[in-house]
Amino acid sequence: MAKKFLFVNRKAPYGTIYALESLEVVLISAAFEQVVSLVFMDDGVYELTRGQKTDAIGMKNFSPTYSALGDYEIKNIYIEKESLEARGLTLDDLQHLVWEDEDDDWAEKDSIHLVSSKELASIMADQEVIITF
Amino acid sequence: MKLAIQINEGPYQHQASDSAYQFTRAALAKGHEIFRVFLYHDGVNNATRLAVPPQDDRNITQQWTQLQKEHELDLVVCIAAAQRRGLLDEDEAKRQGKDANNIAEGFRISGLGQLIEAGIEADRLVVFGD
Amino acid sequence: MSTLHTINKSPFDRNSLGSCLRVISDSDAILLIEDGIYAATSGTIFSDVVKAAVQSHSVYVLGPDLSARGMKEDGIVEGVNVVDYEGFVDLVTEYDKTNSWL
Repeated sequence: MAKKFLFVNRKAPYGTIYALESLEVVLISAAFEQVVSLVFMDDGVYELTRGQKTDAIGMKNFSPTYSALGDYEIKNIYIEKESLEARGLTLDDLQHLVWEDEDDDWAEKDSIHLVSSKELASIMADQEVIITF
Repeated sequence: MKLAIQINEGPYQHQASDSAYQFTRAALAKGHEIFRVFLYHDGVNNATRLAVPPQDDRNITQQWTQLQKEHELDLVVCIAAAQRRGLLDEDEAKRQGKDANNIAEGFRISGLGQLIEAGIEADRLVVFGD
Repeated sequence: MSTLHTINKSPFDRNSLGSCLRVISDSDAILLIEDGIYAATSGTIFSDVVKAAVQSHSVYVLGPDLSARGMKEDGIVEGVNVVDYEGFVDLVTEYDKTNSWL
């Protein structure tokens, strides 16, 4: 029986390593054939901003890796609306993440779902394992 | 019940490892099984045998080693996090061509998959960190 | 499925308690540990938030972390329950899963 895993990302990238190392956990989890979902809330929404350029801080830009999540069958990515709005952002400021639906002639479908805190509460309640970073 | 523990911060800097230790002892005393203790992020630093804390302070690594001996705990150090931070066992030191290793007795180095497996196998996963 | 939420940050430092309260479900409980225990102390600018939380959820605070920081059990918001590490373990088993708001 597959378990429902939820990884909650709440930290901005680069300032600390949590965002990068949580992405590493997410990618590994895909190999275990569990039901994996991601949440980006609080400063975690900054992980997905477009146009990250890290050359001048001497760190690796790992933001392109998020676009590979679809290839790992990770297609339930929830963004908390309240966190996004509090930071003056909209979905247009974030990467457009998609997955290809094998049963629908490999049609590209959105992985990102904008949800309210209330909707997020029921998504979180439904999980069996939650790891928050 | 089968419990799994994740520790995300190193010793002394944060209370995480101390809290995890107290929790683990209490769980064992109540007869629960600890499926695994997984060290991630800076938590891998809990596994160094080279730390020399002041004599009037607790020795966090030794406390874990002792608990491991008493209860055959599975103390797992994440290899990816450990490599970044210079935590090596004998095999890993050889493989990487390093002149020393520093993993304390009772800990073993393994992959991130061990954390996911702990999430699958254990009834509860409790995370301690910053 | 019910969740035990653990909060280990002082509310004066980080907003993890606030974030948790935004997405908490009716059947969930909160356990304040480490620096999170300061949220349980009465007479602070967060006391009303905790008083409101107590109305709809079970709220616990880890006694050993209270005492370590010189906080008294009679100086906490009414309705917050003090537990020790054994109680912490019981809460973890009582609720279906744990979410640590790190």
